[in-house]
Amino acid sequence: MNTAATMIEANRVENWRKDFPLLDQKVRGKQLVYLDNAATTQKPQSVIDTLSRYYCEINSNIHRGVHTLSQLATDEYENTREKVRQLINARSLSEIIFVRGTTEAINLVTSCWGGTELKAGDEVIISEMEHHSNIVPWQMICEQTGARLKVIPMNDDGELRVDEYKKLITDRTKMVAVVHVSNALGTINPVKQIIEIAHDHQVPVLLDGAQAVAHIAVDVQDLDCDFYAFSGHKLYGPTGIGVLYGKQSLLEKMPPYQGGGDMIRMVSFEKTEYNDLPYKFEAGTPNIADTIGLNAAIDYVLDIGFDAIHAHEESLLNYATESLRELPGFRIIGSASEKASVLSFVIKGVHPHDLGTILDDQGIATRTGHHCAMPVMTHFKVPATARASFALYNTLDEVDQLKAGLIRAMEVMGV
Amino acid sequence: MFDLKDLYQEIIVDHNRSPRNFHHMEKPDHMAVGYNPLCGDKLTVYLKMEGDVIADVSFQGEGCAISVASASLMTDQLKGKTEQEAEQIFGTFHELVTNRESQIDLEKVGKLGALAGVREFPARVKCATLCWHTLHSALKNQSDRNNETISTE
Repeated sequence: MNTAATMIEANRVENWRKDFPLLDQKVRGKQLVYLDNAATTQKPQSVIDTLSRYYCEINSNIHRGVHTLSQLATDEYENTREKVRQLINARSLSEIIFVRGTTEAINLVTSCWGGTELKAGDEVIISEMEHHSNIVPWQMICEQTGARLKVIPMNDDGELRVDEYKKLITDRTKMVAVVHVSNALGTINPVKQIIEIAHDHQVPVLLDGAQAVAHIAVDVQDLDCDFYAFSGHKLYGPTGIGVLYGKQSLLEKMPPYQGGGDMIRMVSFEKTEYNDLPYKFEAGTPNIADTIGLNAAIDYVLDIGFDAIHAHEESLLNYATESLRELPGFRIIGSASEKASVLSFVIKGVHPHDLGTILDDQGIATRTGHHCAMPVMTHFKVPATARASFALYNTLDEVDQLKAGLIRAMEVMGV
Repeated sequence: MFDLKDLYQEIIVDHNRSPRNFHHMEKPDHMAVGYNPLCGDKLTVYLKMEGDVIADVSFQGEGCAISVASASLMTDQLKGKTEQEAEQIFGTFHELVTNRESQIDLEKVGKLGALAGVREFPARVKCATLCWHTLHSALKNQSDRNNETISTE
C-alpha cells in the first residue's frame, strides 16, 4: 500500500472508530485496545440509540393489539426480518427465524429437524474444528435417536480434509453441520464445495456462521446451504438476538420448537393449528428491542460494505501475522490459506492465561483459553491459546501495541 | 495503582521456570488430580505420610505461572506438617488470595505471601488455589480411590 492510500485508509478507520463510544476509554490506566471481537463486537452509536429510542418511544408488544405503538413495534420488528433477508440474500421472509443466537439456532435444528428425521444408525457429519455449540447439540440428539456422529479431520494448518470428508459420506449420512469461519483458528472453510458434495448425496448442510457474517458477504442462495445460523452480537448488534435461516421446504416439515403465543393460528383443547412460517418457530414475546437493534447494526455494516471491511481486516491480519512472527518462540495456531480476522497463538515459556493478564494490564483485551473448541486444542496439543481477533475499527497501531504487550509479557515472565 | 510486578513477583517467575518438587512419586500414600476445565490446567499431587505427618509431597502437570508457582510453593511449605496444619495453611492461604480486606500477617505465611497479589485478579484465584484443592482432595482420598479428579468448576 502506498503512503497516500495508507493515510486515506487510516482516516477512514478513525472515522469508524468514532462511531463506537466504548472504544474511547482507559482500562487499567491505559487506552483500551479491544482485540476480542470474535467473542463479541462493540456497538456503534446508531445501535445504542435505536435501543434507547425503542424503549423511550415505541415499546409495545408485537403481532397483537391494534394500537398505534403495537403496530409501530411490529413494523420495525418485521423490517428487521427483511433487512436480515437482504443481508444473507434469502429467497423469502418465511426462511428467517429470530432466535437468541447461534447456539439456539443450532439447537432448534437438532431438536426439530433431528428429532423427527434422525433414526438409529443414521449418521451426522461435523468437523474437528467446530465450536462446542455445533458439537454438543448434535451429540445430544444422537444420544436420543441412536444416530452416530462422524468427524471431518483437519490438517496441521487448520484446514478441513475435504478428501477425508468425501470418504465419510455414506447412504446413512443425514446431515452435514460445519463451521463457516472457525472461531479458534480463523479458517474460512470451503463451504460451497462441502455443500456441493453433500448435495450430490441428497444430504442437507447446516453452516455455523457466527464468525462469518461480520467479515464476509454471505449469500445463502449462492452457497445453497440448507440452514445458516448466526448471532447479532458478533455483527455489531445487541446480545440475545440471532438468526436461523432455513430453506422453506425443510422448515415446513419441521415441528415447532416451543409452544405458546404467536406460534399458533387457532387453539382449542381438542386441536391446535400452528401458525405459518416463520412465526411457527417464534413462540412467546420475542426480543423485540434487540431485534430492532440488529436492524441498525446491519444498516451500519452494509453502509460500509463488506468489500471495505474485508480489505481492512485482511490488512490487519496480514500485518499482525508478519509482525508477531518475528517474536522468539511465537507459534501461530491455524495457518490456513483462507483466513478471516482471527490470530490464535502461543508463546514458548508464557502460558496463555498469564499472557491474557499481562496484556489486560496494558489495556489490551484478548481472549485466552480453549475458545469453546477443546478438540482444536487437542489437535494442536496445546491446553489453550491466546487469540487476537479483529473488527473493522481496529488499527495497525493497535497491532503494534499488541506486539509491545507481548514483548512486555515475555520480559515479565523471564523468557 | 496496582502493579503487575505485584502479581508476577520474582519468586513466582522463578518457581514457574524451575518448579520445586516437580516429579512423579513412586507408591504415594495419597494422590489426587486437579483440573480447571476453563483453562485446561491439570495438576497431580502426590503425598507420602508418616502417621499424620506429610513426609514428602510432589506434583506434576501443566498450567499457567500462577498455578505452577503456587503448587511449587505449596509443596515447599508442607513437608513435615501434619494433616491438620496443612488444612489450616490452606484456610489462611485461601483468605489471602480471595479477601481484599484480609488482615493476614504476610510474615506468618512465609513465601506463600508472594501470591497475595492474586486477590486483585479475581479471574486468577482458581489458578492459585487449584493445587490446594487438589491437596485437600488427596488428603481425604482413601488409597482405593486415589485417582479421582477434582475440578475447580
